[in-house]
Amino acid sequence: MTGYSKLLMSAAVCLAGAGAEAKTLVYCSEGSPEGFDPAPYTAGTTFDASSRPIYNRLVEFEKGTTNVVPGLAESWEVSEDGLQYTFRLRPGVTFHTTDWFTPTREMTADDVIFSFERQRDAANPWNQYTAGISYEYFNSMDMGSLIESIEKVDDLTVRFNLTRPEAPFLANLAMDFASIMSKEYADQLEAEGRMSDLNQQPVGTGPFQLVAYQQDAVIRYSSNPTYWNGQQPIDDLVFAITTDPAVRLQKLQAGECHIMPYPAPADIEAIRADESLTLMEQPGLNVAYLAYNTQVPPFDNPQVRRALNMAMNKQAIIDAVFQGTGETAKNPIPPTMWSYSEETQDDAYDPEAARQMLEEAGVTDLSMKVWAMPVQRPYMPNARRTAELIQEDFAAIGVDVEIVSYEWGEYLERSSAEDRDGAVILGWTGDNGDPDNFLGVLLSCAGVGEANRAQWCNEEFSDLINQAKATADQEERAELYRQAQAIFKEEAPWATIAHSTVFMPMSNRVQGYIMSPLGSHHFEGVDIAE
Amino acid sequence: MIRFILGKLLYLVPTFIGVTIVAFGFVRVLPGDPVLLMAGERGITPERYQQLMQQLGYDQPVWRQYLEFLGRLFQGDLGESLVTKSPVLSEFLTLFPATVELALCAILLATLIGIPAGVLAAVKRGSWFDQVSMGTALIGYSMPIFWWGLLLIILFSGVLGWTPVSGRISLLFFFPEVTGFMLIDSLLSGQDGAFGSAVAHLILPTIVLATIPLAVIARQTRSAMLEVLGEDYVRTARAKGLPWRRVVGIHALRNAMIPVVTTIGLQIGVLMAGAILTETIFSWPGIGKWMVDSIFRRDYPAVQGGLLMVAAIVMAVNLIVDLLYGLINPRIRHV
Repeated sequence: MTGYSKLLMSAAVCLAGAGAEAKTLVYCSEGSPEGFDPAPYTAGTTFDASSRPIYNRLVEFEKGTTNVVPGLAESWEVSEDGLQYTFRLRPGVTFHTTDWFTPTREMTADDVIFSFERQRDAANPWNQYTAGISYEYFNSMDMGSLIESIEKVDDLTVRFNLTRPEAPFLANLAMDFASIMSKEYADQLEAEGRMSDLNQQPVGTGPFQLVAYQQDAVIRYSSNPTYWNGQQPIDDLVFAITTDPAVRLQKLQAGECHIMPYPAPADIEAIRADESLTLMEQPGLNVAYLAYNTQVPPFDNPQVRRALNMAMNKQAIIDAVFQGTGETAKNPIPPTMWSYSEETQDDAYDPEAARQMLEEAGVTDLSMKVWAMPVQRPYMPNARRTAELIQEDFAAIGVDVEIVSYEWGEYLERSSAEDRDGAVILGWTGDNGDPDNFLGVLLSCAGVGEANRAQWCNEEFSDLINQAKATADQEERAELYRQAQAIFKEEAPWATIAHSTVFMPMSNRVQGYIMSPLGSHHFEGVDIAE
Repeated sequence: MIRFILGKLLYLVPTFIGVTIVAFGFVRVLPGDPVLLMAGERGITPERYQQLMQQLGYDQPVWRQYLEFLGRLFQGDLGESLVTKSPVLSEFLTLFPATVELALCAILLATLIGIPAGVLAAVKRGSWFDQVSMGTALIGYSMPIFWWGLLLIILFSGVLGWTPVSGRISLLFFFPEVTGFMLIDSLLSGQDGAFGSAVAHLILPTIVLATIPLAVIARQTRSAMLEVLGEDYVRTARAKGLPWRRVVGIHALRNAMIPVVTTIGLQIGVLMAGAILTETIFSWPGIGKWMVDSIFRRDYPAVQGGLLMVAAIVMAVNLIVDLLYGLINPRIRHV
C-alpha cells in the first residue's frame, strides 16, 4: 500500500467514524525543514523533522538525558589507547519501505561506512550530491581530522580508527549529522541519476517514515511497521508548520494540534491557567553570557571584569527579560550538565564593592560598548532589553555604556574578531550534552577568533580542557572540568547571565512525551488518548 | 490598438532589466551572508569561510555573478536554493497557487463590498452611512495587518470557535495536489467536507488581506462617483426624467469605473506586500512566507528569483490593466 493510499484510507476511516480510527498526533512545529538529509544542516527545526523521526544513529541519547545508550549499535568496545572504537551492529534492522524505495537487505556495516564516508571524503561521489553542499556539523566537530579510517570487520561489525583519543567521540556519534542512511537506497538513486532526491525523499531506520511534505505547510509521517525498537502507539504523525508562537497556541487551544514548542514567554501564565493543557518545563541546556574582550585594556585585567560582573543585577534581568522563565547563571555550563560545579560562588550583586574594585584597579571614567544581538534565541528572549538593564547597572558604578547592534550575520562575524571593541551578549545551546561542547568550544585557546568571543586564552584552563578531552573515565573528566570552572570564575572572561527554561505546552491527551535536555523534539513512544 | 500594445510591451523591456538589477542587488546589499548565518554562534575560520564562498561562487566579482545570473535567467533557470537545494523556480511554482488563491479571494471580496459601499456613500453623501463607511475605510486602511489578523484569530477561532485558526485545509484531508488551488483540488478529491474545510480556512486570511484594498477601492469609488454625479450629462439624464437608479447604475457608474479599475489593478502590488504578513500569521504556505524565510537566511538565489517572479507578475497585471483601460476609454490609446 502506498503512503498516499494509506493516509487516504486512514482519513476516510476517520471521516466515516468507523471503529478502527487511525491515531494521529499533530505537532505544531515552528518552521519548515531545510531538507530531510540532516548532515548538511545545523538547525534544530530541520533535525526535528528529519534525523529524529526518520533516522537512527549508532548510539543515541537516552530519552530525557544526555547519556549515550545503544542505538543501531548493540554494543561497542573502546581500545585501551582510546584510538579504536568497535561497534557491534544490531541484527535484523530494516530500512523503510516507501513509495520511492523497497529495501532488499537488512542494515549492515556498509550503510554505516557510507553515512560517514560521504561527509569525510571529498572524492566520494556523494560528498557533493547537490552543488554547494557542505557538512558543517561534521566539520565543526572536527570529525574529519579525528577519524583516520572506518573499516568493515564483518557485516555487523564496524571499526572507527581515530588519530587521537577523544572522549566526546561517542556523544558526537549520537548527534544528528551521524544519522545512518541506506547505502542500497543511495546506490539506487545514483543509478537512476536522481541523487538530489536523498534530501527530499528520505529512507531511514527510525520510528516514523515520511509520507509527504507539502512545502511550508504540512509534513506527514506514518509509523514504521518494522521498527526495531517496537511498534509506535500512534499511526500517523503530522507536523503542522506554524511560525507564529501566538498562532501556535491558538491552534493548540482550538484542538488543531496536540503539542507545540517555543511558546512566547508572555503566554506562559495563560497556558498554566488553561485546564485542558499541560505545560512541561525543563532547564534548557544553554547559557546566555556577556563576553568581555580580554585582549583589550582595561578588560585584560580580571579585576575589572569581576568588578563589572558584581555591578550586574542578574535577577533583575531574569525578572524583566526572561519574565521568570530562567535562572541566573554562575557557571558557563548549565546545571543539568554533568560536571557542573555546585561549589562555585557567584559574584554577589554589590555595586558599592564593584565601584571600589574598579578604583583599586585604577580605572576611572570607563566607557564601553555593549553589543546586543538583533535576534531572539532560545537562551535570550530580548538582548536589547538586557543591554539596557546592563547599561543602567553599569551607570550606577560610573561606567558609561553605549549599546550597539548589527545585523545577525554581521554580528556573529564581527564579534569573533580579536580586536573587537566592547562586550558581547551572546549564548550557546549544547549540541551533545558533553561539557567539552561548552568549555572547549567557547573558552579554550583554540576558539579565539571564532566561538571564543571573550578572546580568552588561559593556558591552565585550556590544558585542563585538553586533558579532559583525552581522558576516558567520566568521573576523572568531571573533576577536571570542575577545576576549569573554578579558574573561569576567578578569571571572569564572561559575565554568565542566565540559563533559560524551555517550555512544552501540550494537550492533556498527550501521553508519554519526554522533554530532551538537548532541546530536540522526539515522538517515539508518544501516545494520544482517545 | 496594436501599436498601443507594442508600445506598452517595449516599455517593459528596460523596466524588466532594471528589476533584474534590483532583485540581484537587493539581497547582496543586506549585511551578512548565507555562510555566516549558517555557521551561527559557533563562528567559522577564515579559511573555511573562503572555501564555502568559493564553493557557492560568491568569491567572484559581483558583475560576473550578475552576468551569470542573467545568462541562466534567459534559459529559464533561476538557480537552486542555497538552503533546500531545490530549483527556485519549482519552489516558487509550488507555492504560488496558494498566494494567488488567497489574493484572488481577497480582491474579489474587496471589489464586491468596496464598489457598492463607495457608490452608496457617494449617492448618500453626508449621510450616516457615508460617514460610518468612510470612517471604517480609514480605520481599515491604517490597520496593522499583523495585529488585525491575530485579533480575528483570537475572536473568531479562539473565543467563538467559528473558524479554523490557520492552514489551508483540515489535516484530516489529504489528497494529491493537482492544480495547487485548494478550492479546486478539494472538489476534485471527491472527499466529503473537503471543500467546506478549504472555504472555512480561507475566510479569515481573505478578510485580513482584503482589508486595505477594500478601504482603498471604497474611497476611490466614492470620490470617482461624486465627480461623475456632478457632471452635466448626469443632470441632463435626470432632467429627462430617467429613474435615479438608472442614472447612477448605468450612466454614472460606468464612467466612474475607469479610475476604479486602475486602482484595483494597482492593488495587486499591495496584495503581494500584504500577503507576506497575512501568510505568516495564518501559516499560509505561499510565496510571501517563503520570501521572508529566504531573506532571513540570505538565500540569494531564492530571494532574487522570487523578487523577479513577483515583479514580472505585477508588471504583467499592470500591463493587462493598461490594456483594459485602453479598451474602456479609447482616448487613452492615443496618449
